[in-house]
Amino acid sequence: MSFTIALTVEEALTALARGARPIAGGSDLVVGARHGKAPLPDHLVAIDRIDSLRTVTVDDGGLAIGAGVSHDTIERHPQIAANWSALADGSALVGSPATRHVGTIGGNICNASPAMDTGAALVVLAATVELASVGGTRLVPIGELWTGPGRTAVRADELCTAVHLPSPPAASGSAYLRLEYRRAMEIAVVGAGAAVTLAPGGTVAAVRVALSAVAPTIVEVDGLPTGDLAAVGEAAAALASEQARPISDVRASDRYRRHAVGVIARRAVLAAARRAGGESIAVPVNRALGIGAAS
Amino acid sequence: MSESIVLNVNGVPYPVAIDQSRNLLSVIRTEIGLTGTKEGCDDCECGACMVLLDGRPVNSCSYLAVQAQGRTITTIEGVLEGDTMHPLQRNLLDEGGVQCGYCTPGMVMSATALLAANPSPSEEEIRIGLSGNLCRCTGYTKIVQAVQRTAAELAEPAAPAEG
Repeated sequence: MSFTIALTVEEALTALARGARPIAGGSDLVVGARHGKAPLPDHLVAIDRIDSLRTVTVDDGGLAIGAGVSHDTIERHPQIAANWSALADGSALVGSPATRHVGTIGGNICNASPAMDTGAALVVLAATVELASVGGTRLVPIGELWTGPGRTAVRADELCTAVHLPSPPAASGSAYLRLEYRRAMEIAVVGAGAAVTLAPGGTVAAVRVALSAVAPTIVEVDGLPTGDLAAVGEAAAALASEQARPISDVRASDRYRRHAVGVIARRAVLAAARRAGGESIAVPVNRALGIGAAS
Repeated sequence: MSESIVLNVNGVPYPVAIDQSRNLLSVIRTEIGLTGTKEGCDDCECGACMVLLDGRPVNSCSYLAVQAQGRTITTIEGVLEGDTMHPLQRNLLDEGGVQCGYCTPGMVMSATALLAANPSPSEEEIRIGLSGNLCRCTGYTKIVQAVQRTAAELAEPAAPAEG
């Protein structure tokens, strides 16, 4: 095995072009290797000291998060909490303080777990992923990034360098919550992210919902109506349960997941709408509202 | 492949020649010889292996030792003040927050990082700060009380315990 430390994106891309694999905090890679899921790659290039990957920028174009930004930073970033709340909700639920310190947004989305806590948030917030290689840079809509459990459209010579999120329209809010059996070191039993834009009068002008841990990848719910909030919430519940393709595993049966994801989707829509209406709900929604825990 | 690196642990530079796939926990325990840091689950779940990297908690079982080069590593041995226990350690004993003791070094490291970032945490903040550390003996209440007592003492250092 070889291990090198890159200090610039260019150094990292050169190493990737020669066959190295990137490592940031290593929280998925190192644990996975010990489990026999996948051995450590023969050639590793550390990207956790590349300063340009660790910046958060907010401007008129929206939010740009470097791929090396930790969940801990996202969770505590006041502008992300205020305007891209669902992402802050998701990052705040990951693992423990130690996991959130070493775990990065780029690593989380490229690990492509269908149960990841940031994915549904990124989908409903219309994120775009920046992929760089020595040949150039391309932008991929987040929904096209994942091709299966643990599989992505990222080529071996490409590095995820940033995630871009547009500024939400006025009167918008978002939330991500998950069903969990315990409050920390947990993986979503099911999860849902929602983004809601309210029309004058409080009806729903636009809504997006995405689901985690109910399909081979994060999936977006199709066919949601607009209009009366309660009716949108009920429709989100019904459509989420209908469109889910869950599996049975150690954490839940497929039938339970299919039912529960509807409940969680409706709660996510209602929490997002409360934020859209100007209510301040602390990050993460799971803790602030005391919802999501199966008791 | 073996590589010679220097790890800075508790203010001491330790040169070690290690395989690059080794985790930080095994290098601290078997190469450097500091055995206060424990291996629990070896799966990034239990927090027994918690050390501080540049002051922030890290599960050393799931962190490559080569990635810790040039960073400041603090283990449980590094929180002692000479031969004197850190207030957290003393309060864990006084409050009965220690039974088998296996989780205690990790608890102390997480609590140290918490109090450095937030000197007067609420009970909820303490529970979140320790949420990556499992204890199978005490049930957490006394551990949380020990952290609360330490925070109060550090805020008011002139008020010593009973003589």
